[in-house]
Amino acid sequence: MRSSSLNFLLTVMLISLTLPLSLQARVAAYDFDTPQQEEAYQEMVSELRCLVCQNQNIADSNAELAQDLKRKTYEMVMDGKSKNEIADFMVQRYGDFVLYRPPVTSATLLLWSGPFIIFVIGIIFLIRVIKAKQRDSSDELTAEEKAKAEDLLK
Amino acid sequence: MNKAAIPLVIFLVMAGLFLFVLQKINKGEYDPKDIPTELIGQSVPDFNLANLLDADDRVMAADYKGKPWLLNVWGTWCAECWREHGYLVQLKNQGIPIVGINWRDDEAEARAFLRDQGNPFVEVGFDPKSDAVIDLGVYGAPETFLVDANGMITVKHKGAMHPKVWQEKFQAAFN
Repeated sequence: MRSSSLNFLLTVMLISLTLPLSLQARVAAYDFDTPQQEEAYQEMVSELRCLVCQNQNIADSNAELAQDLKRKTYEMVMDGKSKNEIADFMVQRYGDFVLYRPPVTSATLLLWSGPFIIFVIGIIFLIRVIKAKQRDSSDELTAEEKAKAEDLLK
Repeated sequence: MNKAAIPLVIFLVMAGLFLFVLQKINKGEYDPKDIPTELIGQSVPDFNLANLLDADDRVMAADYKGKPWLLNVWGTWCAECWREHGYLVQLKNQGIPIVGINWRDDEAEARAFLRDQGNPFVEVGFDPKSDAVIDLGVYGAPETFLVDANGMITVKHKGAMHPKVWQEKFQAAFN
């Protein structure tokens, strides 16, 4: 009991430690003229993948290249570029990889359809397991079981 | 087949797969972090950078039209760049024109590095804010591009330049 409440307390403390950090990271060091610009900027930096760390978006990454890509994004937003234009700029240089949601092509088809394929396989498997269970637990006794039961009841 | 053997078979297949990929990585045949480049067959971005060694000069891609040249992205913070440096100097001595892009570096340190280790570059552009580097789709150093006489990028190599890579990918363009 004591150790579990201690664990809980520690977890809460750890989480609260990380909160201000992630909030800090989200606050842009940039000034925007309109809320729309800030929104476009925030959306783009969270959709673009950091090429150095590769499992982070550039909003969360502190890699130097990510900082420069954020600056580029900011400059383009302030230039009045649309989100599509910014995405195109990045894709021209770094390929579809830079987008966290790449377009569906022959190369990314498996990426997009994979979860659904696995889901369907899972459902089929589940149905088969349930059906097998139902067969096992049916009330009908086999001839062998009947003989055994009768033997016991004698 | 014995049902109990199924997990073992799955384990062995997975282990074999991991071993196979690991060996490919160790041999340098496969890099999971590699991002296919978009720039092969396109003209070299029209960068225009301050010259690291000459405050009055600019380093521009346009200046190198008409013959093949190498474009090398480096920084003194990058260990592999130190490793390849001696070989770049050798290439320079063979008459290969190499244009350097010094990426996100300290100006004084970069100059000192070239003074101490030799300077393999025709010119070095200073790129502290990744301007040219982003246009080149570079995300790590060193990277070396081969630009042909028409200003087209034909080869890109990520990682240190060494004799084997030179012979396989680059040399033919300079014969």
